[in-house]
Amino acid sequence: MKFFSTFGKYIILLYRVFSKPEKTKIYLKQIVREIESLGLNSIGIVIIISIFIGAVITLQTRYNLESSWIPLYLIGLTARDTILLEFSSTMVGLILAGKVGSNIASEIGHMRITEQIDALEMMGINSASYLIFPKIIAAMLFNPFLTLISMGVGIFGGWLAAIFTGALSSADYIYGIQYLFVPFYITYALVKTVVYAFIITSVSAFYGYYVQGGALEVGRSSTRGVVYSSILILLADLILTQLMLA
Amino acid sequence: MIRVETITKAFGNSTVLQDISVEFEKGKTNLIIGRSGSGKTVLMKCIVGLHEVDSGAIYFNDRNFVTMNFRERQELRREMGMLFQGSALFDSLSVEENVMFPLNMFTQMTLAEKRERTNFCLNRVSLDNVNRLYPGELSGGMKKRVAIARAIVQNPKYLFCDEPNSGLDPKTALVIDDLISEITHEFNITTVINTHDMNSVMEIGEKVVFIHEGLKGWEGTREEILDTNDENLNDFVFASNFAKKIKALTSEGK
Repeated sequence: MKFFSTFGKYIILLYRVFSKPEKTKIYLKQIVREIESLGLNSIGIVIIISIFIGAVITLQTRYNLESSWIPLYLIGLTARDTILLEFSSTMVGLILAGKVGSNIASEIGHMRITEQIDALEMMGINSASYLIFPKIIAAMLFNPFLTLISMGVGIFGGWLAAIFTGALSSADYIYGIQYLFVPFYITYALVKTVVYAFIITSVSAFYGYYVQGGALEVGRSSTRGVVYSSILILLADLILTQLMLA
Repeated sequence: MIRVETITKAFGNSTVLQDISVEFEKGKTNLIIGRSGSGKTVLMKCIVGLHEVDSGAIYFNDRNFVTMNFRERQELRREMGMLFQGSALFDSLSVEENVMFPLNMFTQMTLAEKRERTNFCLNRVSLDNVNRLYPGELSGGMKKRVAIARAIVQNPKYLFCDEPNSGLDPKTALVIDDLISEITHEFNITTVINTHDMNSVMEIGEKVVFIHEGLKGWEGTREEILDTNDENLNDFVFASNFAKKIKALTSEGK
């Protein structure tokens, strides 16, 4: 019963979020601000994680393929496909759910408990739309770039690991990452990223928007936002994979 | 004028307001007083629509707020200003941006015009040279003044103040009270103040409504409070020994 009540509240919130804005120009400015806050500020963590995971995938694949029957360039292919299909979209999505999701839930939750949301409402502003709509749009627009960056950096991290550890030659790795390349994998990853961006921003904002109480509840709502965003990302991953790759 | 007609509000099984009817007059400072937990904040939040009433009607010059849809309420709220207990200034915006915020959202004024109006309102609340400061850099009293400036920047017809003196020292509280009273008369606003500060009541309470355990306990002027026989109101007003002594002296004609 509680699930249906929460889901109903979420849908009502989304209806308010996507209703006509009071002043489009102000919302566009907010979108640019959110791209900086949610997107540009996440580039660093995406690069660091991608480079290391790319390197680790390459090394682990190498150490698990000891057979001389298997050509070494397949390590490059494996690293590429793992990064393109799952890591850069889903794993980065989960990391962003933690970073961006908690940021959104705590920011909006703090505004709720300090009556800033009530102040917006009292001015005649649709607070849900003003606060949440720019975040959703900014993340849906910018997160695909984060995914593309993650793909490039992850594959580069694999190459660095290959040549610095001597696990395989640069030529083998580069041949591997070009071998049997399916461009649709990039489309698939980007579609997933856009869906994840919507989930992360809307679910976290929902938990922040309806927080009641004090600082402790803001912390709890932030945790809830991250946990439910992560679960929904995994569920969406399953559904989209079945729809797009099966 | 605001007319509240038999409103009732419950949270779950707990009835917080029961059949409250009251009129708040234009150009006057109308005070809602009562003990903590008596329902006065809920009453104010019901009037402005931050809580939905279970039954009854709330008229703003014959427009029933309760039956309005979301868009109609948004329109009406643009005629209201509200001063929140914690000021509710936007942390990420400077003082100037806070006061200018409603103008950015709802007017087609040029930046110069908006600056002029913002500076006028900040001057009106006796704040100069604070435009570039952020809320975190202001004292409690200054925050309240900025919040008042933001509340009046769009020339509201109705001004609501929730515990405007909370957290302020007595002297600053008096300054804020006087400011609200002056603004009310200067701009002919219907002002509703929610307080349990008896100094405010005696200073600026032109009309006073006493809420006791969710019911309207008493209604009158600040002068009438001293002579009332209402037991609950007397308990509330003369709760401190200091107030009791004042009452004793007053009744003795000293």
